[in-house]
Amino acid sequence: MSPVKPGYTRPLDLRHGRIDMSHGSGGRSMVQLIEQIFLSAFDNPALAARDDHAVLTTPPELALGGQLVMATDSHVVSPLFFPGGDIGCLSVHGTVNDVAMAGARPLWLSAGFILEEGFPLADLQRIVTSMARAAADAGVPIVTGDTKVVQAGKGDGVFINTTGVGVTRPGVHLSGSLARPGDAILVSGTMGDHGVAVMSVREGLSFGTTLLSDTQSLHTLVAAMLDAVPGIHVLRDPTRGGLGATLNEIASQSGVGMRLSESAIPVRGEVRAACELLGLDPLYVANEGKLLAICPADQADALLAAMRAHPQGRDAARIGSVVDDPNRFVQMTTALGGQRMVDWLSGEQLPRIC
Amino acid sequence: MKYVDEFRNADLARGLARAITQAVAPGHRYNLMEFCGGHTHAIARHGLRALLPPEIELIHGPGCPVCVLPIGRIDQAIALARDHGVLLCTYADLMRVPASNASSLMKARSQGADVRMVYSAIDALKLAQQHPDREVVFLAIGFETTTPPTASVLRQARALGLRNFSVLCNHVLTPPAMRGILGPAPGNETSAHLHGFIGPAHVSTVIGSEPYRFCADDYHRPVVITGFEPLDVMQAVLMLVRQLNEGRAEIENQFTRSVTPLGNQKAQALMAEVFELRDSFEWRGLGSLPHSALKLRPEYASFDAEQRFAAPYRAVADAKACECGAILRGEKRPQDCRVFGTVCTPDNPIGSCMVSSEGACAAHYTYGRFMTDMPTIAEKPGATA
Repeated sequence: MSPVKPGYTRPLDLRHGRIDMSHGSGGRSMVQLIEQIFLSAFDNPALAARDDHAVLTTPPELALGGQLVMATDSHVVSPLFFPGGDIGCLSVHGTVNDVAMAGARPLWLSAGFILEEGFPLADLQRIVTSMARAAADAGVPIVTGDTKVVQAGKGDGVFINTTGVGVTRPGVHLSGSLARPGDAILVSGTMGDHGVAVMSVREGLSFGTTLLSDTQSLHTLVAAMLDAVPGIHVLRDPTRGGLGATLNEIASQSGVGMRLSESAIPVRGEVRAACELLGLDPLYVANEGKLLAICPADQADALLAAMRAHPQGRDAARIGSVVDDPNRFVQMTTALGGQRMVDWLSGEQLPRIC
Repeated sequence: MKYVDEFRNADLARGLARAITQAVAPGHRYNLMEFCGGHTHAIARHGLRALLPPEIELIHGPGCPVCVLPIGRIDQAIALARDHGVLLCTYADLMRVPASNASSLMKARSQGADVRMVYSAIDALKLAQQHPDREVVFLAIGFETTTPPTASVLRQARALGLRNFSVLCNHVLTPPAMRGILGPAPGNETSAHLHGFIGPAHVSTVIGSEPYRFCADDYHRPVVITGFEPLDVMQAVLMLVRQLNEGRAEIENQFTRSVTPLGNQKAQALMAEVFELRDSFEWRGLGSLPHSALKLRPEYASFDAEQRFAAPYRAVADAKACECGAILRGEKRPQDCRVFGTVCTPDNPIGSCMVSSEGACAAHYTYGRFMTDMPTIAEKPGATA
């Protein structure tokens, strides 16, 4: 007679198992999913308390005049796994960067998962492991979270929302509304890597490229930049809509125009080639590990040197200037020597046909 | 990037700009129409206007397949997807073209119609193979460039015996459209403002340079067949200026690296095997033009979506305020249209010229509207680079 183990639960089958509705029902299966997949990966004291909230320690900067910063981002990328990353690390990097662009030190993250019935547990574990590694690398713990399951067909595998909280460096004030005529515009590296890497594997587009997404957390680069030039006016990560959309947002917020030089904007050869084939403009392709900085012209050299000294800013470049323009146009001298506008993207960027 | 950067060299561009500026007769007008949307896009994207002297006017022609497709054709496609439940696939640009009742393929999709974006005709065929239980319709558009791939796919579909695949054919032809712009009879006043053509690149690769002969012979208008890179366009402008200065009207070929007098005869034979001329076809902005479009031959009738489904074509008038017609004919510039940039923008296009980045209005809006106040920066004769 075999003895019955008290309270025995069979471990999750992480090789062949799939999400079912019970994993979101509040019962034992849900607890098991949380313990076996999430708690073990995200392990930290706030989460280990197993409350529905995280109780956090006040950061020292607050007493010195630093301010709290909060940002949220939902991630719905398809495919979930792409060259150079996956939805897991992307969901950490995206929110860490949104917080960092305020000139803040990111402190904590929350993570909300919407899982689709039938989603393989092996994929979920791979995503969560990648998320945990990205959070650990960034030194930003995931302190609270939530899991919901939706019926098959009502989701796209997994959606992840992350919210980040950080604290600004005392005395630092960054905003998209602070660009002033005469300021210099800099970028931290090559444009369009993430978007082209994702597009290269997206269904229907078999495009053989070894290009990797640039997805990464940028807060250490931001810290190095603020150490060198505390008076930076604007920082922004040109994600969706790429550099073109980001510059137009800032021009509109600050009530200024911009002048760019196309030949100064770093774009990888592979990205240019892929965009050429697909009829896309790299200026509108998403980045997930690059930033755009605007600072007074006389501090641009110092800022560029600080960026290039950091491994994430090796390819940094000064790409143009802020100008006085009531129309708030972003204009560019093309590599050929012509003149054109870099306008807002209208709708989705769709490939041209011939 | 190899084979691309060579054709975008800034030093050569400056040299050509200087040569053009020296060649133009001061005070003389050179109104040159680039027929193709590909040229419109290249001119706008590389900011060529700023490199050319003010005597040169570049007029955006109707060679954007999305722009010349009349509203009724989009309505027809929407009806197939919505009322007949077909899986409709088409090229991306077409998704946003306004149809009747403020609809579009993209809006129809958001209301539940199964509309998919494909990158090539072969993808549409693959969808038909993957979904044997669905009727798959490929909404085919484009000039002679996109026609051979459609023909090839139709031939393949017939060989495979596919029963769930058909094509809604809207393929159109370049030379009849140029004739339509020039006017029914040589010397017709409607085209007096056009002095010469920057001729199609990829279209000419297929059909060759010979089919444009009537422009020179009947209408005394020079044509320079031109590649899609910015230096190609600048060289063509110089060639046209020289022809006009010397009173010549010839068919010249700047795009010799791809175009021959007779073109790609294999592709032409393939097209002739699958398609035949329509008696007449309605073009947006140009009206009905005789023998200007293709339909499937009777042997391919079972692959013809128009015959397979009861979705007849109904002509629909363009929005009254929209000047797309006059703009496509080169009679007006985008900024001359009352709704340009006000109610008609790339985000909310009224006319189809505002949809594709190859469309005259969208190209001007997106890349060029700052130029209304911008002084030309072209070098003057004698200036050194």
